[in-house]
Amino acid sequence: MTTTTIDGHTVHVNEEGFMTDPSEWDEQLAKSLAAQIGIDLTDEHWTAIRFLREDFASQGETPTLRRISTVGGIPTKTLFQLFPQKPAKKLAYVAGLPKPHGCV
Amino acid sequence: MTTTETAPVVPDFGTTDTDRKLAIICSKGNLDMAYPGLILANAALGEGVETHLFFTFWGFDMINKKTMGDLKFTPVGNTAAHMPQGLTPMPGMTAMATHMMKKSIADLGVPEVPAFLQQIVDSGGHLWACRMSADMNHLTEEDLYDEVEGIISATDFIELTAGAQLLFI
Repeated sequence: MTTTTIDGHTVHVNEEGFMTDPSEWDEQLAKSLAAQIGIDLTDEHWTAIRFLREDFASQGETPTLRRISTVGGIPTKTLFQLFPQKPAKKLAYVAGLPKPHGCV
Repeated sequence: MTTTETAPVVPDFGTTDTDRKLAIICSKGNLDMAYPGLILANAALGEGVETHLFFTFWGFDMINKKTMGDLKFTPVGNTAAHMPQGLTPMPGMTAMATHMMKKSIADLGVPEVPAFLQQIVDSGGHLWACRMSADMNHLTEEDLYDEVEGIISATDFIELTAGAQLLFI
Protein backbone atom coordinates (compact mmCIF):
# COMPACT_ATOMS: atom_id res chain seq x y z
CA MET A 1 0.00 0.00 0.00
CA THR A 2 1.25 3.47 -0.91
CA THR A 3 1.10 6.52 1.25
CA THR A 4 1.44 10.07 0.04
CA THR A 5 1.92 13.35 1.84
CA ILE A 6 -0.28 16.24 0.84
CA ASP A 7 0.25 19.54 2.66
CA GLY A 8 1.67 17.70 5.65
CA HIS A 9 -1.17 15.10 5.82
CA THR A 10 0.04 11.56 5.21
CA VAL A 11 -2.70 9.37 3.75
CA HIS A 12 -3.06 5.96 2.08
CA VAL A 13 -3.81 6.08 -1.63
CA ASN A 14 -4.30 3.59 -4.47
CA GLU A 15 -2.11 3.52 -7.58
CA GLU A 16 -4.12 6.33 -9.16
CA GLY A 17 -3.97 8.58 -6.12
CA PHE A 18 -7.50 8.14 -4.71
CA MET A 19 -7.58 7.79 -0.93
CA THR A 20 -8.27 4.27 0.29
CA ASP A 21 -9.20 5.00 3.90
CA PRO A 22 -12.13 7.42 4.20
CA SER A 23 -11.43 7.81 7.93
CA GLU A 24 -8.16 9.60 7.16
CA TRP A 25 -10.10 12.43 5.54
CA ASP A 26 -11.13 15.70 7.15
CA GLU A 27 -12.33 19.02 5.81
CA GLN A 28 -8.90 20.58 6.12
CA LEU A 29 -7.49 17.83 3.93
CA ALA A 30 -10.28 18.39 1.38
CA LYS A 31 -8.98 21.92 0.83
CA SER A 32 -5.50 20.56 0.16
CA LEU A 33 -6.83 17.84 -2.19
CA ALA A 34 -8.88 20.41 -4.10
CA ALA A 35 -5.85 22.69 -4.41
CA GLN A 36 -3.91 19.79 -6.01
CA ILE A 37 -6.39 19.77 -8.89
CA GLY A 38 -6.77 23.53 -9.14
CA ILE A 39 -10.10 23.95 -7.37
CA ASP A 40 -10.79 26.61 -4.76
CA LEU A 41 -13.66 25.36 -2.59
CA THR A 42 -16.79 27.50 -2.27
CA ASP A 43 -19.95 26.82 -0.25
CA GLU A 44 -21.46 25.12 -3.30
CA HIS A 45 -18.50 22.75 -3.52
CA TRP A 46 -18.92 21.97 0.17
CA THR A 47 -22.60 21.10 -0.25
CA ALA A 48 -21.62 18.49 -2.84
CA ILE A 49 -18.67 17.17 -0.82
CA ARG A 50 -20.75 16.79 2.33
CA PHE A 51 -23.49 14.98 0.42
CA LEU A 52 -20.89 12.57 -0.95
CA ARG A 53 -19.48 11.85 2.50
CA GLU A 54 -22.92 11.30 4.04
CA ASP A 55 -24.14 9.15 1.17
CA PHE A 56 -21.00 7.04 1.21
CA ALA A 57 -21.36 6.55 4.97
CA SER A 58 -24.95 5.32 4.60
CA GLN A 59 -24.72 3.41 1.28
CA GLY A 60 -21.17 2.09 1.35
CA GLU A 61 -20.39 3.32 -2.15
CA THR A 62 -19.61 6.60 -3.85
CA PRO A 63 -22.74 8.09 -5.47
CA THR A 64 -22.83 8.61 -9.24
CA LEU A 65 -23.61 12.01 -10.80
CA ARG A 66 -27.20 10.85 -11.34
CA ARG A 67 -27.58 10.10 -7.65
CA ILE A 68 -25.92 13.37 -6.61
CA SER A 69 -28.48 15.25 -8.69
CA THR A 70 -31.61 13.22 -7.88
CA VAL A 71 -30.95 12.40 -4.22
CA GLY A 72 -28.49 15.18 -3.32
CA GLY A 73 -30.49 17.82 -5.20
CA ILE A 74 -27.50 19.38 -6.95
CA PRO A 75 -28.25 19.92 -10.68
CA THR A 76 -25.99 18.14 -13.18
CA LYS A 77 -25.11 21.47 -14.82
CA THR A 78 -23.88 22.85 -11.51
CA LEU A 79 -21.70 19.79 -10.90
CA PHE A 80 -20.00 20.29 -14.27
CA GLN A 81 -19.40 23.95 -13.38
CA LEU A 82 -18.00 23.20 -9.93
CA PHE A 83 -15.79 20.27 -10.95
CA PRO A 84 -15.12 20.79 -14.67
CA GLN A 85 -14.60 17.97 -17.20
CA LYS A 86 -14.77 14.99 -14.85
CA PRO A 87 -17.09 15.95 -11.98
CA ALA A 88 -17.77 12.48 -10.57
CA LYS A 89 -14.10 11.55 -10.26
CA LYS A 90 -12.90 14.96 -9.09
CA LEU A 91 -15.61 15.15 -6.47
CA ALA A 92 -14.77 11.65 -5.20
CA TYR A 93 -11.11 12.61 -5.02
CA VAL A 94 -11.71 15.78 -3.01
CA ALA A 95 -14.11 13.90 -0.70
CA GLY A 96 -11.45 11.24 -0.06
CA LEU A 97 -13.60 8.45 -1.51
CA PRO A 98 -13.15 5.79 -4.22
CA LYS A 99 -14.23 6.57 -7.79
CA PRO A 100 -17.93 5.78 -8.34
CA HIS A 101 -18.52 2.35 -9.89
CA GLY A 102 -22.08 2.84 -11.15
CA CYS A 103 -22.61 3.31 -14.90
CA VAL A 104 -25.19 6.09 -14.65
CA MET B 1 5.17 -3.16 2.65
CA THR B 2 4.69 0.57 2.77
CA THR B 3 6.34 2.88 0.32
CA THR B 4 6.37 6.63 0.69
CA GLU B 5 6.36 8.95 -2.30
CA THR B 6 7.96 12.34 -1.99
CA ALA B 7 5.79 14.19 -4.53
CA PRO B 8 2.05 13.89 -3.73
CA VAL B 9 0.30 11.16 -5.72
CA VAL B 10 -2.59 12.89 -7.48
CA PRO B 11 -4.93 11.23 -10.01
CA ASP B 12 -4.43 12.29 -13.59
CA PHE B 13 -7.63 14.07 -14.58
CA GLY B 14 -6.21 14.92 -18.00
CA THR B 15 -5.71 18.36 -19.40
CA THR B 16 -8.63 20.74 -19.65
CA ASP B 17 -8.28 20.83 -23.43
CA THR B 18 -8.84 17.20 -24.33
CA ASP B 19 -9.45 16.91 -28.07
CA ARG B 20 -11.28 13.60 -27.74
CA LYS B 21 -14.68 13.64 -29.43
CA LEU B 22 -17.38 10.99 -29.66
CA ALA B 23 -20.16 10.69 -32.24
CA ILE B 24 -23.02 8.29 -31.56
CA ILE B 25 -25.55 7.42 -34.24
CA CYS B 26 -28.80 6.17 -32.71
CA SER B 27 -30.78 4.29 -35.36
CA LYS B 28 -33.10 2.11 -33.28
CA GLY B 29 -36.38 2.91 -31.55
CA ASN B 30 -36.74 -0.10 -29.25
CA LEU B 31 -36.42 0.52 -25.53
CA ASP B 32 -33.53 -1.93 -25.22
CA MET B 33 -31.63 -0.35 -28.10
CA ALA B 34 -32.16 3.22 -26.89
CA TYR B 35 -30.14 2.73 -23.73
CA PRO B 36 -26.68 1.73 -25.03
CA GLY B 37 -26.24 5.08 -26.80
CA LEU B 38 -27.55 7.06 -23.84
CA ILE B 39 -25.37 5.27 -21.31
CA LEU B 40 -22.23 5.57 -23.41
CA ALA B 41 -22.91 9.25 -24.14
CA ASN B 42 -23.38 9.90 -20.43
CA ALA B 43 -20.17 8.04 -19.58
CA ALA B 44 -18.18 9.94 -22.21
CA LEU B 45 -19.47 13.30 -20.97
CA GLY B 46 -18.50 12.37 -17.43
CA GLU B 47 -14.97 11.84 -18.73
CA GLY B 48 -14.87 15.27 -20.33
CA VAL B 49 -15.32 13.99 -23.89
CA GLU B 50 -17.21 16.23 -26.35
CA THR B 51 -20.22 14.12 -27.37
CA HIS B 52 -22.71 14.39 -30.26
CA LEU B 53 -25.73 12.13 -30.79
CA PHE B 54 -27.38 11.82 -34.21
CA PHE B 55 -30.88 10.35 -34.26
CA THR B 56 -31.84 8.67 -37.51
CA PHE B 57 -34.47 6.27 -38.85
CA TRP B 58 -36.12 4.40 -35.97
CA GLY B 59 -33.84 6.27 -33.58
CA PHE B 60 -36.12 9.24 -34.26
CA ASP B 61 -38.57 7.69 -31.80
CA MET B 62 -36.09 8.60 -29.04
CA ILE B 63 -36.51 12.33 -29.72
CA ASN B 64 -40.08 12.46 -31.08
CA LYS B 65 -42.18 14.02 -28.30
CA LYS B 66 -45.03 11.62 -29.13
CA THR B 67 -42.99 8.43 -28.73
CA MET B 68 -39.92 9.16 -26.61
CA GLY B 69 -41.59 8.35 -23.29
CA ASP B 70 -43.23 5.20 -24.64
CA LEU B 71 -40.52 3.07 -26.28
CA LYS B 72 -41.10 -0.66 -26.13
CA PHE B 73 -39.15 -3.85 -25.75
CA THR B 74 -40.36 -6.98 -27.49
CA PRO B 75 -39.12 -10.54 -27.06
CA VAL B 76 -40.38 -11.37 -30.60
CA GLY B 77 -37.49 -12.68 -32.65
CA ASN B 78 -35.10 -12.01 -29.79
CA THR B 79 -33.47 -15.29 -28.77
CA ALA B 80 -31.67 -13.48 -25.93
CA ALA B 81 -35.06 -13.18 -24.18
CA HIS B 82 -34.70 -16.94 -23.55
CA MET B 83 -38.39 -17.75 -24.03
CA PRO B 84 -39.94 -20.28 -26.39
CA GLN B 85 -40.16 -18.21 -29.57
CA GLY B 86 -43.69 -19.49 -30.31
CA LEU B 87 -44.98 -17.73 -27.19
CA THR B 88 -43.41 -14.34 -27.85
CA PRO B 89 -46.05 -12.99 -30.31
CA MET B 90 -48.93 -13.66 -27.91
CA PRO B 91 -51.10 -10.68 -26.96
CA GLY B 92 -49.77 -8.66 -24.04
CA MET B 93 -46.28 -10.13 -24.24
CA THR B 94 -44.61 -6.94 -25.48
CA ALA B 95 -46.39 -4.82 -22.87
CA MET B 96 -45.31 -7.20 -20.13
CA ALA B 97 -41.70 -7.39 -21.33
CA THR B 98 -41.57 -3.58 -21.62
CA HIS B 99 -42.95 -3.16 -18.12
CA MET B 100 -40.39 -5.58 -16.69
CA MET B 101 -37.48 -3.95 -18.47
CA LYS B 102 -38.56 -0.45 -17.39
CA LYS B 103 -38.75 -1.66 -13.82
CA SER B 104 -35.27 -3.21 -13.90
CA ILE B 105 -33.87 0.01 -15.34
CA ALA B 106 -35.64 2.20 -12.77
CA ASP B 107 -34.47 -0.07 -9.94
CA LEU B 108 -30.88 0.80 -10.89
CA GLY B 109 -31.65 4.52 -10.61
CA VAL B 110 -31.28 4.92 -14.38
CA PRO B 111 -33.69 7.51 -15.81
CA GLU B 112 -36.33 7.04 -18.50
CA VAL B 113 -35.42 8.19 -22.01
CA PRO B 114 -36.64 11.84 -21.80
CA ALA B 115 -34.96 12.45 -18.42
CA PHE B 116 -31.81 10.72 -19.65
CA LEU B 117 -31.64 13.02 -22.69
CA GLN B 118 -31.99 16.00 -20.35
CA GLN B 119 -29.14 14.71 -18.20
CA ILE B 120 -26.97 14.34 -21.33
CA VAL B 121 -27.74 17.90 -22.39
CA ASP B 122 -27.08 19.20 -18.86
CA SER B 123 -23.72 17.44 -19.00
CA GLY B 124 -22.85 19.34 -22.18
CA GLY B 125 -23.93 16.77 -24.81
CA HIS B 126 -25.34 17.73 -28.22
CA LEU B 127 -28.47 16.22 -29.81
CA TRP B 128 -29.03 16.29 -33.57
CA ALA B 129 -31.92 15.04 -35.71
CA CYS B 130 -31.50 13.51 -39.16
CA ARG B 131 -32.92 15.59 -42.04
CA MET B 132 -34.02 12.62 -44.16
CA SER B 133 -35.80 10.93 -41.24
CA ALA B 134 -37.62 14.18 -40.46
CA ASP B 135 -38.70 14.55 -44.09
CA MET B 136 -39.81 10.91 -44.39
CA ASN B 137 -42.00 11.22 -41.31
CA HIS B 138 -43.15 14.80 -42.04
CA LEU B 139 -41.78 16.03 -38.73
CA THR B 140 -40.39 19.46 -37.88
CA GLU B 141 -38.43 20.82 -34.91
CA GLU B 142 -41.79 21.47 -33.23
CA ASP B 143 -42.38 17.72 -33.01
CA LEU B 144 -39.00 17.00 -31.49
CA TYR B 145 -37.61 17.15 -27.98
CA ASP B 146 -36.87 20.80 -27.19
CA GLU B 147 -33.18 20.22 -26.50
CA VAL B 148 -32.50 18.91 -30.02
CA GLU B 149 -30.18 21.55 -31.48
CA GLY B 150 -31.26 21.12 -35.07
CA ILE B 151 -32.34 18.96 -37.98
CA ILE B 152 -29.23 18.43 -40.05
CA SER B 153 -28.11 16.35 -43.02
CA ALA B 154 -25.83 13.34 -42.75
CA THR B 155 -23.12 15.44 -44.41
CA ASP B 156 -23.50 18.15 -41.77
CA PHE B 157 -23.13 15.58 -39.02
CA ILE B 158 -20.02 14.04 -40.57
CA GLU B 159 -18.52 17.52 -40.92
CA LEU B 160 -19.45 18.45 -37.36
CA THR B 161 -17.81 15.35 -35.92
CA ALA B 162 -14.55 15.46 -37.89
CA GLY B 163 -11.91 13.47 -36.04
CA ALA B 164 -14.43 11.92 -33.62
CA GLN B 165 -14.63 8.29 -32.61
CA LEU B 166 -17.91 6.91 -33.88
CA LEU B 167 -20.48 4.45 -32.60
CA PHE B 168 -23.38 3.19 -34.71
CA ILE B 169 -26.18 1.73 -32.65
